[in-house]
Amino acid sequence: MARLMKIARRGFLFGAAAIAGGAVFGWWKYATPYDNPLLADLPEGAASLTPYVVIDGAGVTVIAPRAEMGQGIHTTLAALVAEEMDLTLAQVRVIHGPASYAYYNAAVLREGVPFAPTDESWLAERMRDAMAIPAKFLGFQITGGSSSIPDAYDKMRLAGAAAREMLVRAAAAQWGVAPEGLRTEGGAVIAADGGQSLPYTALAVAAAGITLDSAPPLKDPARWRVLGRTQPRIDMIPKVTGTATFTVDLRLPGMLFATARTNPRLGGAMLGHDATAAAAMPGVERIVPLPDGVAVVARTTWQAMQAADAITFDWGPAPYPAEQADLAGLVAGAFDPAFQDSVNRDDGDVAAALTGDLFEAAYDVPYLAHATMEPMSAAALLHEGRLTVWSGNQLPTQVRAEGVALTGLPPEAVQVETLLMGGGFGRRAEMDVIRQAITVAMAMEGTPVLLIWSREEDMTHDAYRPLAMARVKARLDGATLAAFDFHTAASSVITSQTGRLGYNLPGPDSTIVQGAWEQPYVIANHRVTGYRAPMGPPVGSWRSVGASQNAFFHETAIDELAHLAGVDPVAFRLAHITDEPSRKVIEAVAAMANWGTPVAGRAQGIAFCLSFGVPCAEVIEVSETPEGLRMTGAWAAVDVGRALDPGNIVAQVQGAMVYGLSAALQGAITFADGMAEQQNFWDYAPLRLPQCPPIAVQVLELQRNIRGVGEPGLPPAAPALGNAIFALTGQRLRSLPFAQAVSFA
Amino acid sequence: MPVTFTLNGTAQTVDLPPDMPLLWALRDGLNLTGTKFGCGVAACGACTVHLNGTAVRSCQTALADVEGATVVTIEGLGTPTALHAIQAAWADAQVAQCGYCQSGQIMQAAALLATTPSPTDAEIDAAMEGNLCRCGTYPRIRAAIHDAAKRLGGV
Repeated sequence: MARLMKIARRGFLFGAAAIAGGAVFGWWKYATPYDNPLLADLPEGAASLTPYVVIDGAGVTVIAPRAEMGQGIHTTLAALVAEEMDLTLAQVRVIHGPASYAYYNAAVLREGVPFAPTDESWLAERMRDAMAIPAKFLGFQITGGSSSIPDAYDKMRLAGAAAREMLVRAAAAQWGVAPEGLRTEGGAVIAADGGQSLPYTALAVAAAGITLDSAPPLKDPARWRVLGRTQPRIDMIPKVTGTATFTVDLRLPGMLFATARTNPRLGGAMLGHDATAAAAMPGVERIVPLPDGVAVVARTTWQAMQAADAITFDWGPAPYPAEQADLAGLVAGAFDPAFQDSVNRDDGDVAAALTGDLFEAAYDVPYLAHATMEPMSAAALLHEGRLTVWSGNQLPTQVRAEGVALTGLPPEAVQVETLLMGGGFGRRAEMDVIRQAITVAMAMEGTPVLLIWSREEDMTHDAYRPLAMARVKARLDGATLAAFDFHTAASSVITSQTGRLGYNLPGPDSTIVQGAWEQPYVIANHRVTGYRAPMGPPVGSWRSVGASQNAFFHETAIDELAHLAGVDPVAFRLAHITDEPSRKVIEAVAAMANWGTPVAGRAQGIAFCLSFGVPCAEVIEVSETPEGLRMTGAWAAVDVGRALDPGNIVAQVQGAMVYGLSAALQGAITFADGMAEQQNFWDYAPLRLPQCPPIAVQVLELQRNIRGVGEPGLPPAAPALGNAIFALTGQRLRSLPFAQAVSFA
Repeated sequence: MPVTFTLNGTAQTVDLPPDMPLLWALRDGLNLTGTKFGCGVAACGACTVHLNGTAVRSCQTALADVEGATVVTIEGLGTPTALHAIQAAWADAQVAQCGYCQSGQIMQAAALLATTPSPTDAEIDAAMEGNLCRCGTYPRIRAAIHDAAKRLGGV
């Protein structure tokens, strides 16, 4: 809240009689079970009209309680509020705000129900609605699952509309007129005759005392002036001038810098270490023991890293098979009824239909690191019975819980400051570096310490995308897919990830089959079986989660079957998909790419995946050069239902494709002696600019629901590339990364 | 022994270990945090600054080696209220997503445009290959460089 208070202190237009912070709102109180967290320490003169809107003398501040990790969520969340308040984006400030259950994500669990996203039946919809109840109960303030926009779409427009309505009524009261004829424009309420106006800043304190007894009406989208149009990102100027503050950029008086070294056999113990030399090195202030390693605190990060390199460690064994072949064996061995986790789809009679001439294929993908550009980092200060944690994190309420658990302080004594994230991709839903920073703060009471991992620590201490495999059997009946039996195996991301947070969630893990079971292919005999492989190294949410592997398996198999049937891969897909938005994205991307009329020497591949409710089809074009294969074009079409910021959606789809292609070309984490072998960007090599093709994106708005788009652009990228390579060379690639088998320019 | 150099147009004396990389002297010694740490081994380009007009990786440049030299960081290129043409092109193209790599990308592009006012796509490829972006902003980086070239008077 320090930033909020600092912002609020910029202006003091209101007198000491201000009642800011004291108001309770009838309708709002009913709509949310949690108190407005902003009321706890609002400075005098500032008023919070809803948990999302603060107005002080300097203007309107919007609380955007989802992690800004590059996806542009702050801009779109602010736009939802600004639209309803008749403000432009330039007229609002946007901050992450405090960690609070009031900011729980009601949408993140919606698609966890066993109904396909395209299933709009009464039962499916009621089940989805019901998922808001556990979401509310858990109070998880989470950013993930491409759910921020579905969660916020009504909520934050209502927050803006409520604030506007309260301001209008405050003006009406002041003028002694009825509120109905008043309008709002440019941050002011304007009288019916246009003769007089009152700025929001002058009305805020009175407005905070007004109780709304029902939800205010929302603006007709036909009247939108901010939403539905590409907006300049509110964080763009800071990010092009080096003035944006990421966690690693935090600077506080007296601050020290730290780095950590923990057992690279993840979850293994530290049996011993010798830090004698390190402790004597220049700049070193303290060596702090951690449960599975140490943190070195020094005057500068470089001195901390140099000293950490000088420590010798005796690392205990890994709590999982130490060698890559054995880890792969865990997954390969899981295709057995004993490991069956789910059969979320079982149409027709697959066993009976799988007779005669069958297609059979096996596919596999490796572990993957997130490798955010900003290495894992967090800062903490324990001072006079209060803990403050600064971090870029996708789970701020969990950060607070970690602070409570480690220090024993009450929740109200733990303050979480969420800073901009240098990439997230699922990695910042983890608590490892947060716990380390708090542990260091407890050892260095009174001194703020910023802890930054080296790239090598980051690469080797991830919660990886699981190594996964699939076995597909199918039978064609002429040009028709008569039977499709899809088996997919991985260790459970949900068990691994929630286990690290101290939860034990029973039941099947839908991420094991995500991107496969819910695909809108209509096949008479269609079964999707998920197998839970025994746990290897820690696994976590990696942009698009299970769809990242299953779309590769599924869409490579579909492509193989199309070629086997002698049918064009676009036509083959359209022949088996009836869902209209899904058909439209396939048709759109085919038209964009001039599918069927390839440029000489080039070939195209297509893939489709419905993930996070978004149908997405992609085409990639490749050519052969003396230096190897080169991607010469990429096209994508997505249907998000309603596009709030088309330009940002295009950026997200482009970015997700690049992230997926990075993995497809060369991404692999392998283990030896219990340790990840890859260390840095030279051996875990993402796509670089010369390898990146032009990427054209079309955004459709046909489906009924509004959807988030941080992830859906990713899953089709790898299979579209693999299918293009097959079209060009005749070589079918069933294993990622492709660079194992072919060379790229 | 203190090291003296010109930093963003101003004489600067720093009393830090001479073998400390310039990156950390800037970030932790001078609190100039626009230059980012990404890999520490010159594999990502996030720490790119100009040393006597040439783009270098500050994580691999020892502080002692900048004695008497001229160093420009992202903060010296332009400011939020006085953007350099390249930064303006970046903003108009809405390049940044997470933004962490963009200081390095912009400094690399600035060095390219200083010597090659109208770069071809191949010249952009060659110059920008060392700068990683995990958000996948490459198509917009390419567009912004072409736009910046026009703004700066290239063709």
